[in-house]
Amino acid sequence: MSKSKYSPDSDGYYGEFGGAFIPEMLVPNITELRENYLKIIESDEFIKEFHHLLRDYTGRPTPLYFAKRLSEKYQTNIHLKREDLNHTGAHKINNTIGQVLLAEKLGKKRIIAETGAGQHGVATATVCALKGLECVVYMGALDVQRQAPNVTKMKMLGATVVPVESGNKTLKDATNEAMRDWINHPDDTYYIIGSVVGPHPYPDLVARMQSVISYEISLQLNTHIGRSFPDYVLACVGGGSNAAGGFYHFLENPAVKLIGAEAAGKGIDTPETAATLALGKTGILHGSKSKLIQDKYGQVIEPYSISAGLDYPGVGPLHSYLQSTGRCTYIPVTDQEALDAAMELTQLEGIIPALESAHALALLSKQKWNRSHHMVIILSGRGDKDMDTYSKYFSHESH
Amino acid sequence: MNRIDELFKRKRESVLSIYFTAGYPELNDTVHIISGLEKAGADLIEIGFPFSDPVADGPVIQASSHRALENGMNLDILFEQLSGIKATSSIPKIMMGYFNTVYQYGIDHFISKCATSGVDGVIIPDLPPEVYEREYRQLFEAAGLHVIFLVAPQTNPERAEYLETLTKGFLYRLSMSGTTGNAIAGDETWGKRSNGKPVLIGFGIHDHATFELACRHANGAIIGTGFIRHLATLEEDRLSKKKIDGRKKDRETKERSEDRGREIAEICKGFIQKIRS
Ligand SMILES: Cc1ncc(COP(=O)(O)O)c(C=O)c1O
Repeated sequence: MSKSKYSPDSDGYYGEFGGAFIPEMLVPNITELRENYLKIIESDEFIKEFHHLLRDYTGRPTPLYFAKRLSEKYQTNIHLKREDLNHTGAHKINNTIGQVLLAEKLGKKRIIAETGAGQHGVATATVCALKGLECVVYMGALDVQRQAPNVTKMKMLGATVVPVESGNKTLKDATNEAMRDWINHPDDTYYIIGSVVGPHPYPDLVARMQSVISYEISLQLNTHIGRSFPDYVLACVGGGSNAAGGFYHFLENPAVKLIGAEAAGKGIDTPETAATLALGKTGILHGSKSKLIQDKYGQVIEPYSISAGLDYPGVGPLHSYLQSTGRCTYIPVTDQEALDAAMELTQLEGIIPALESAHALALLSKQKWNRSHHMVIILSGRGDKDMDTYSKYFSHESH
Repeated sequence: MNRIDELFKRKRESVLSIYFTAGYPELNDTVHIISGLEKAGADLIEIGFPFSDPVADGPVIQASSHRALENGMNLDILFEQLSGIKATSSIPKIMMGYFNTVYQYGIDHFISKCATSGVDGVIIPDLPPEVYEREYRQLFEAAGLHVIFLVAPQTNPERAEYLETLTKGFLYRLSMSGTTGNAIAGDETWGKRSNGKPVLIGFGIHDHATFELACRHANGAIIGTGFIRHLATLEEDRLSKKKIDGRKKDRETKERSEDRGREIAEICKGFIQKIRS
């Protein structure tokens, strides 16, 4: 994992985006992390344990599956990176395994996390059970309702789930509350952030933990098609961690086109949207400078998406940077387009995707593809947690 | 001379600074609260401008910010309110809020508005001192606007020294590590009064006893949550009164405003008395 022009500088900036805009109370925690994270995650001991757990506990490498019927439909070659087959059902666990090992090395006894869809919360509660650590997960009260099965899982895993009643009661508010908890517990607590957001070094740390996704894609493509890179990588972007991981090793290869799908909610011309890169202006939230959906006075506008994991008004600074340089393209996808894409994958390939991942699949119908091209779609998670939403949608459809 | 410096030149003991959230309980209470506090004997006023996501604040200030935004508060309205009392109010004033609101308003625009509205200092808890020094320090200093920095109990001595050098007017020392509104216990880590820049202790100071304690360790203290709680009782009283006496709703604005001013002045007087003695 060498330094590239897409790594942040020593202050955590990707171009003008990133940094660490934190109150003084958090400076010691962030400094401790910044000064130690590379040393630790590049140590032989860490690498050995990380890879052992990814293999034997999580089930990596996840398959790269050639989706034959989907490929026929879109007249191209579609490979699905099956992050949905990870233990706990999404890519989120790559990151929580890495960060819990880091927390252990830093001597922390108490773990906190924020969660939207509950996938990161479950992945955090899981590694805390594995390591015998105390775990507190903040979750917007609305998401507690929308993602009930994940709440039950977290509780079974021994975590305390705190429903957050402020704001829109979704991911942004859960993140505020997790940051307050961290401020109130400066010594013993480690905050496992769930995406490539937050103050430096989190965006870089999480991107490195998730970079295993593109690392494996590279090896797998080599075996499958005889070259180590695709023509396209497609991924959904909430905070942007599965996209960052899926893009990571291809960023410096201009032959690979990188496309992110953001949640347009009911449409980017409606107020009910979460398409940060389409609509946001540069601002500061949760410790970093990035694109942000806000009003003219800098008040953050409550986002909306059918998908709890994409329902966030900000985005990781890496993605704001990749958009500004033109390296990656980000396309808004509506609730309806995502639902249709989820149905299509289910019926063509027998795979029920998470609603978040369905946003990436919906990119397929947005443009014409070349018959000879190979594309990888990051299937970031499975649809189990979304069955309630799906069943509402389909009972509605069949009337 | 900046009025914060004038204050500390005149007074080095038991300096009392009160924080309130502009736009709370009502949009137009700003002026009443400032003049009420000034008359009641506060030494310094911190005017919080609300943000949708106040991560360094506990539930009480969060709720006041939320309410202020619902009431329609924004920086344009606030600066207009402050300009209106510029000629009659001489108490030093500090604007306090989160960086994104200042950033969107435009740093230059914000500074020039502060300068023309009788603002003496600024506290932006999530603006890192390094970024301030590199990008904005010159702008603030050229306008004679003091930027005040916070030191936390776990800030290491080297960094504390850096912050003390950088801060203007006084150093804001946190009584404990936590969000606003938590309980405190007196502590050696509060340090001694230094001969250098004045120090005010903030977070958790809420009554006579905690104020006294803070004054033994520093030049004075800052009270926020305690005062907002006090204002919150006013809010509830008013609402219940409104229900009982519906006629009052319709009185003309000027009369209502005078009533409201008197009511708030009483609240401020009662609060400051309670703290001071
Ligand atoms: C399955 C799945 N995919 C994607 C996301 C979005 O996060 P990110 O953009 O960080 O990958 C989530 C978040 O909860 C998720 O659960």
